[in-house]
Amino acid sequence: MTASTTTSSPATTARATASLADIVSRNLRQYGIMIALVAIIIVFAVSTQGRLIVPNNVWTLIQQNAYVVILALGMLLVIIAGHIDLSVGSVVAFVGGIVGYMMYAWDVPWGLAVLAGIATGVLIGAWHGFWVAYVKVPAFVVTLAGMLLFRGLAQVIAARTMAGFPAGFNAIAGGSLPNILGFLANPFAGVLPANSPFGQSFDLVTLLIGLIGIAGLVVATLRSRRSQIAHGLPVEAQRTMIIRLVVISLVILAFTGILAMNLIGGTPIVLMIVAALILVTAFITTRTVFGRHVYAVGGNRAGALLSGVNTARVDFMIFVYMGFLTGIAAIVTTSRAGAAVAMAGQSYELDAIASCFIGGAAVSGGVGRVTGVVIGALIMGVLNMGLSILNVNANWTMAIKGLVLLAAVAFDLVSKRRGAGA
Amino acid sequence: MVVEKPVRELGDVILEMDGITKEFPGVKALDDVTLTVRRGSIHAICGENGAGKSTLMKVLSGVYPVGSYQGRILFEGKTCGFHSIRDSEERGIVIIHQELALSPFLSIAENIFLGNERARHGVIDWGETTTDAVGLLQEVGLDLNPQTKVSELGVGQQQLVEIAKALSKDVKLLILDEPTAALNDDDSANLLRLIQRLQDRGIVSIMISHKLSEIQEIADTTTIIRDGRTIETLDMRDGSVTQERIIQGMVGRSLDSRFPEHTPTVGEELFRIEDWTVHHPADPDRVVVDSASLMVRRGEIVGLAGLMGAGRTELAMSVFGRTWGTGISGQVFKDGKPVDTHTVSQAISHGIAYATEDRKRYGLNLIQTVKENITSAGLAKLARMGVIEVNAETGVAEGFRRDLNIKTPTVEVPVGKLSGGNQQKVVLAKWIYTDADMIILDEPTRGIDVGAKYEIYTIIDRLADSGKGVLMISSELPELLGVCDRIYTLASGRITGCLDRSEATQESLMYLMTLEAPLGETTTESGAALS
Repeated sequence: MTASTTTSSPATTARATASLADIVSRNLRQYGIMIALVAIIIVFAVSTQGRLIVPNNVWTLIQQNAYVVILALGMLLVIIAGHIDLSVGSVVAFVGGIVGYMMYAWDVPWGLAVLAGIATGVLIGAWHGFWVAYVKVPAFVVTLAGMLLFRGLAQVIAARTMAGFPAGFNAIAGGSLPNILGFLANPFAGVLPANSPFGQSFDLVTLLIGLIGIAGLVVATLRSRRSQIAHGLPVEAQRTMIIRLVVISLVILAFTGILAMNLIGGTPIVLMIVAALILVTAFITTRTVFGRHVYAVGGNRAGALLSGVNTARVDFMIFVYMGFLTGIAAIVTTSRAGAAVAMAGQSYELDAIASCFIGGAAVSGGVGRVTGVVIGALIMGVLNMGLSILNVNANWTMAIKGLVLLAAVAFDLVSKRRGAGA
Repeated sequence: MVVEKPVRELGDVILEMDGITKEFPGVKALDDVTLTVRRGSIHAICGENGAGKSTLMKVLSGVYPVGSYQGRILFEGKTCGFHSIRDSEERGIVIIHQELALSPFLSIAENIFLGNERARHGVIDWGETTTDAVGLLQEVGLDLNPQTKVSELGVGQQQLVEIAKALSKDVKLLILDEPTAALNDDDSANLLRLIQRLQDRGIVSIMISHKLSEIQEIADTTTIIRDGRTIETLDMRDGSVTQERIIQGMVGRSLDSRFPEHTPTVGEELFRIEDWTVHHPADPDRVVVDSASLMVRRGEIVGLAGLMGAGRTELAMSVFGRTWGTGISGQVFKDGKPVDTHTVSQAISHGIAYATEDRKRYGLNLIQTVKENITSAGLAKLARMGVIEVNAETGVAEGFRRDLNIKTPTVEVPVGKLSGGNQQKVVLAKWIYTDADMIILDEPTRGIDVGAKYEIYTIIDRLADSGKGVLMISSELPELLGVCDRIYTLASGRITGCLDRSEATQESLMYLMTLEAPLGETTTESGAALS
């Protein structure tokens, strides 16, 4: 009857199971970027003769890139809503200055200083959010102003470098979870050459965390599947679900296995912080009303307004969340450096923004996923690490990262155009 | 109105459009249209909203390039196929669109010569630009410094700048699409006199207009288009053609069985607006809706008829969370009690829904899924402590997919991939899910095919049968007559009448819709946008 209906394919059986091909084609962008990450890891693993995936380097990789992931998570919401935040690098320096000053000049307990740092980040986010949401100044301008303002203030507060912080504070970025469960002997120790980096014993805490992660994944998948069935919704075929779970479990196992062998000692504390923030942000974007409103505002602001979404409040809260994450990133950065420096955090905003775009967020807003952004940040991190192991000069590294960003987004757009034409 | 117009001798044929057919996906906008325009004439084109007038002019001016339509265009005796506006302009055909296309932050002179700069080797000759601009402004009777920025001009003055721009291109045939729709009476009169002066200079004008008095005043011939077809061409020169005669041509159409049978069960008063007045956001002096009052009962489908620019959408959006307009006064009542609808969420919480006429811009988020669009206005119902019950949500969306027969492979498909009719069903589902009992539908069947229209009408009937009130805005009079129990007419922002289904005819509605505001009142701009 309706001649113009082009999409009415005969998938009318309500209990149809989604096939593997379906899942792949629906998530092509997501898988594309994952494949790119795997390819980059393999290329560098080979060209560095395995040095990239040596336990100690994996440990360093996490430590070095924690700030990018943390900032990119906040930047994702900002970009989905159609905004941008140029200030985060400066805010990292400013908050670092405040935290450092409190510990250095006033001898504030480091836990209190950390809380104050996060609170400062939230306040700065509210400051930006106020101008964007209620005065309607474009975010580009507001955060460009913030970039200058907070860099300037950072230089005032950290006029000279402050160092010598409590060990507890320095452990946030530099420390590992304590090895309280002992070690598991490496069964390959005898086979591998004497000084092989893969011949160490396994830290049991790290392995346990990996197993908990796998168990959590399985439980969550099964629960969601049961709920889907209860609601009479189509579910993933059992076989594809099992394959998917096995593959992801193996990846987690391999990753925690390598990590468990590092000489610096087990699971970095900062990895736990990053993992928690990833889970929280993924929950916000996929499961909460606020997250849904962020997508609605970014995809069609006028439409969201006419659906009763308080768009100004959404804008405001996005920047508050960005500020919260910037505060945490500032603490991680300061802790890692072991010092508060006025020039800290330079070009961090660009790393975060690039991670979002490599991870598939759209410049025009409305699109973006946490998994994509985390992978985007990892791609940048692996490039950094791999190139530095290969002794590539930092200037060349920067140039290569620029080209990767351009190629990722161009590939995305071209493949989308092809998809639309087909 | 006294018509004083010398009976002119018209020249030979300058333009002949023959057998023009233009199709859009699912819709035949023009079907074998013919149009013959003579030298020395002002030629009016009349028709209801959506009859195909603007489409025909876009074909003529090359907005729709040759090949995208069928038929033949003869201009000055030669067959033409324009690939772009530039092509048609080179031949002396210039179109001035309803929405003015000037660049607001450039000066008058820069706008006049935009794309046609007075320049040598890419370097602009400012002396020549200014001198020529002054001359052109004099021709259109605009006494302004050509350096003035266009954003500082009123709509009437901008219209004159558009004409000056056309003159700079040695125009032979000037097409004006609703040129006075956004103008007040003084500016309108001024513009009409200018068109007549241009006529004396030998420039032929084609004018699309809803204002029948204007057509009577200046047109030499009038072609009436209805449902994408040429109905007739009337000779207006001896003044014998009345407005009633033109209306008859515009609406003369039979009602067939395009509408489902429906017996209303009308209950008590549900929704009432009293003394509602709205001003234009960009021009706060202009009254767009003028002391309008209307009422809807439970179980009743009430129509709101009006021509483009009458203020229908503006009325609806200003009521729905004040999403359009400024200087709004009046009172909204729900179940007899005054309610506050200052924000959209307040309106929604009082059970009022508004499904927009522009579903792509305001109704849907095209990159989000069918599911996410359906629940977007009633998401609070699915959330506990701000957390969405995602599986329950999918269940809701699936329910609507079955219930409203939304044709989509799954509810996880981006809504932009659906056909117009199915997109409209998603919009309806979205508002039904808010549990609104007063639903305002703005052009609910615009741009969708006949079969889907029937389904939408059935859904509307079901809503009324479940005790909800429906206020339906539509440009299609047969649709209003076929679906509504009662129809209000709106002209220039005023409610000019309210007819029961039994007494309403297309002619009586059109008469009320073209009742013009008393002299000195201002008229309105077409098409609403969020303020």
